[in-house]
Amino acid sequence: MKFGILIMDGPYQHQASDSAYHFANAAVAKGHEIAGIFFYNDGVNNTTSLMTPPQDDRHISKRWSDFVQKNGIDAIVCIAAAKRRGITDANLIKGARISGLGQLTELGIKADRLVTFGD
Amino acid sequence: MGEEQYDEEQSTEVQKKFLFVFKRAPHGTIYPYEGLEVILIMAAYDQVISAVFTDDGVYCLKKGQETAAIGVKEFSITFKVLEQYGVEHLYVDKEALSARGMTEADLVTGVEVVDKETIANVIREQDVVLPF
Repeated sequence: MKFGILIMDGPYQHQASDSAYHFANAAVAKGHEIAGIFFYNDGVNNTTSLMTPPQDDRHISKRWSDFVQKNGIDAIVCIAAAKRRGITDANLIKGARISGLGQLTELGIKADRLVTFGD
Repeated sequence: MGEEQYDEEQSTEVQKKFLFVFKRAPHGTIYPYEGLEVILIMAAYDQVISAVFTDDGVYCLKKGQETAAIGVKEFSITFKVLEQYGVEHLYVDKEALSARGMTEADLVTGVEVVDKETIANVIREQDVVLPF
């Protein structure tokens, strides 16, 4: 199956990004395709390269960066949501790109299932 | 609205049914506002768009909102013009509305107040459901 993933809440504060990460890994492991991952609302904060969590904790943005690059998955960060929250190309993780909400629409069209992670 | 700069190709080959579920009060969090922003962009893509307002989301449609005192944008007026953006239905959860002491008369025009069973059926018909 072709999945789209929408992440709408920020890192550490909320489980959304962790759940999405585990879901995405499991989907790839089962041979499914991830058509794209869209970061919206506070979800854009998962894509800052500036986070430096304690070493004994998971590094959420690095984990996403590694995952999408390794699997060649399109990771899209909403430009309007990113601008509000200070995410720009200067502090964006590798493997992600900033684009518009039209990409979320495209993802909804393209994917067999668009799965939302957030409150 | 409209501060987005985007340059994208519009895919009109496939038409899907998108449903936006507004379940939060309009001004305590940014979710409803950013949900509305998605609708306004999506409207350019020739998809079938509807919205459901349930739980505190029914407050999004309350008439006569005044937000100057909290220093945020008053965006409920945008819900009124969604029809012009091709949004086919704005469904309001009747039970959620009456639980909050409101009736259809308290809401902006152009909405459909329906029961939970209708909402369940609407959700079942969709290809994509986006909660805000």
